[in-house]
Amino acid sequence: MWKPNRGTDRPAAGLDRRQFLSAAALAGAAAGLSTVSLIGEARAATEPTQGGHLRLGMSGGSTTDSLNPTTYLQWVPVNLGYQIMNGLTEIDANNKVTPELLTSWEAKPGAADWVFDIRRDITFSNGKTLDADDIIYSINLHRGKSLSPAAPELAPITDVKKLSANQIQITMSSGNADLPFILSDYHILVVPNGFTDWNNPIGTAGYVLEHYEAGVRCIVKKTRPYWKTGCANVDSIETLTINDVSARTAALLSGQVDAINRLDARTVDLLKRRSKFHVIQSAAGQHGVFVMNCTDAPYNDNNVRLALKYGIDRKQIVETVLKGYGHIGNDQPIPVTNEFYDASLPQHAYDPDKAKFYLQKAGQTNLKVELSVSDVAFTGATDAAVLFQQAAAGAGISLSIKQQPADGYWDNVWMKAPFCASYWGGRPTADQMLTIAYKSDAPWNDTFWKVPDFDKLLLAARVELDQSKRKEMYGQMQAMISSTGGALIPMFIDYLEAGSNKVHGMKPNAYFDFMGQRIGEKVWLS
Amino acid sequence: MEILRFIATRAALGVLTLIAVSLLLYLGTQLLPGDVASALLGQSATPEALAVLRAKLGLNVPAWLRYLHWLWGVLHGNLGTSLTSGTPIASALMPRLANTLFLAGYAAIIAVPLAVGLGILAAIREGGILDRVSTMLSLATISFPEFFVSYILIVVFASQLGWLPSLATVYDGMGFWDRVDATTLPALTLVLVVVAHMLRMTRTSTLAVMSAPYVETAFLKGLSRSQVVLGHALPNALGPIIAVVALNLAYLVVGVVVVEVVFVYPGVGQLMVDAVSKRDLPTVQACGLVFAIAFIGLNTLADILAALANPRLRGRRGR
Repeated sequence: MWKPNRGTDRPAAGLDRRQFLSAAALAGAAAGLSTVSLIGEARAATEPTQGGHLRLGMSGGSTTDSLNPTTYLQWVPVNLGYQIMNGLTEIDANNKVTPELLTSWEAKPGAADWVFDIRRDITFSNGKTLDADDIIYSINLHRGKSLSPAAPELAPITDVKKLSANQIQITMSSGNADLPFILSDYHILVVPNGFTDWNNPIGTAGYVLEHYEAGVRCIVKKTRPYWKTGCANVDSIETLTINDVSARTAALLSGQVDAINRLDARTVDLLKRRSKFHVIQSAAGQHGVFVMNCTDAPYNDNNVRLALKYGIDRKQIVETVLKGYGHIGNDQPIPVTNEFYDASLPQHAYDPDKAKFYLQKAGQTNLKVELSVSDVAFTGATDAAVLFQQAAAGAGISLSIKQQPADGYWDNVWMKAPFCASYWGGRPTADQMLTIAYKSDAPWNDTFWKVPDFDKLLLAARVELDQSKRKEMYGQMQAMISSTGGALIPMFIDYLEAGSNKVHGMKPNAYFDFMGQRIGEKVWLS
Repeated sequence: MEILRFIATRAALGVLTLIAVSLLLYLGTQLLPGDVASALLGQSATPEALAVLRAKLGLNVPAWLRYLHWLWGVLHGNLGTSLTSGTPIASALMPRLANTLFLAGYAAIIAVPLAVGLGILAAIREGGILDRVSTMLSLATISFPEFFVSYILIVVFASQLGWLPSLATVYDGMGFWDRVDATTLPALTLVLVVVAHMLRMTRTSTLAVMSAPYVETAFLKGLSRSQVVLGHALPNALGPIIAVVALNLAYLVVGVVVVEVVFVYPGVGQLMVDAVSKRDLPTVQACGLVFAIAFIGLNTLADILAALANPRLRGRRGR
């Protein structure tokens, strides 16, 4: 059977719609289905139809959620946020940064001084016209002593100045060529200047909040034409929090919701056989990691780290744990969907002889290590660890697995146990991913890998405005992490979501599922 | 007089138990690794952000002092504010308590008459077809875990037949019959889970008194088996039946977290699970208190009813 986008040879961006449809048609044909409905869908897909009530069933919400963008930690509030409010910039399906409320931008050399133009003639749902003050207020919610998870990203910003009603200037203490990417952060949503009523957020997006019960249900309604063309097609959206994957799937199958996120990889193939539904697979930046502390014996010896990197069968893990819905990692965190991904980097593969060679070099012929895992690190972490254990035994490494409680894992195990499972969600830019977890002084440098040359390169690449030079620099950094870092990255995990055939316009996204959490305004119903 | 004193004693004991439970809950939550600040910030916690949030939430005050503050508030009808959302706990808890009671009530209305009725019938026709079939079926349903029963019901009634919804999402302003429709599958699951216990107890305690001399006398008077069971055996077996019914009613209120998760029902159990994972101590305490009140209240009620049904019990326990 045809298996979509596996391996490292796939195109740099997600599948576009036509590619996906032909892929889906192939998959359908392989499953012995008529392709008529898919062709019919392709025809309907060209022109969005208006109206209808869209029902989303989502994991990633709880009763403790709030619609205040500075508190977003889970996906349901992010999705609701985008139904009501707009961001500053948007990452499109091809992984490029495109305008949203900021329409154009320009950086002075050094990338520390930026001027942004603000979209004209659009209003908030309370009638106020959007201007620079609203944008500045909304950015400042995430600056200074803010508890917002976006605050560290914005920390280098020293000033946000109003140039005119439709123009602002952002000054940074150190340059960053990726500022427009950083401003696409899903926490930075725009509300009117001085706004604080987070139980009822006011935004410029297509829908207005009608009813919200955290962790249960949210209803939004369209009350006016939307400024973004071809978007906000349905009249109303109902978002239900359904954290249990079986319950979510049952709700889709019984027709109580139109689309669900986070499918169970083990049952996706069964779902694909049903002709009434279509499955969307997105290659994404989220990856599982086995983290080694580079300052702790025996992991302080790079030969030991290399031995472990060659002692794991990544292919088997992707096939077994992810049922093929993912792709092999190469011990560096930049995904194939990123423009700076270096495809020429040699792939670490399962090679017991090489592992033994590095063990000998380290003088560790009888290496015994203990790996702490919990499925809270990433789904299937325990299964992956068991497969790792088998493969490592073949390379002469005795790996014992310590099952840790899911509760309190990030507090008590991660960054404390010298060898443990962890994960990183995708970051929109290479700089963000490398800064957050690999820079020497990063608070979450969970491998304790400290290389001054790497830090220098990272800072130089950040302010470099020449894309080809940047690509070369990021390539070098990927090679450094892959060959000497403490992160053993077995796999990148694809997002899987499904919709009924009534829902049109669902597409893969390179970073977050449900079309970067903007599914509400993108799809339409037949 | 006697009965009033009995009720007063039971009520006082209930309140003492409640205080003990709240203390245990508090100690238990203190033992959990991590605190609300680290749970709220998750993987993205920095030491600076943690310190700011801890100070903001008042976590620097000693634990025992926080407990006393909390107890004082509860005695004045104030459950406190949630550490995570900053809103009053009562406003989040009360609608969910209503949901939980609705589901429990729905299940109880079906389960209690069904179980007691079948239990009595089984006792009347001991060893008959009905006795054997009901025993077998009820034992089968109690032996399966709740989530398994739930999924079977979903597959049959929601996915295959399409008669009932698999999602039991209820919300404010939903009509009564819509609510009944949405909660039918979870209620059925709960019925299947609790019926067996009550049915077996009714049957067994009725049969237990069937060997008493006065039952033999009743038979010798020429009464039929059903007359003996209903008129003589059952009133004397009422005590244990009331106790087991109360226990199961309490279970319907406090023990349905799994069913709530599977059917995505917004009840107190789900609120409590969320609160535990976020270390939102006041909310956990409030949920625990509600559960404890339901459990202790129903058991106290059962004691009182059992005593009323049997004057001998009342005399002995009152002193």
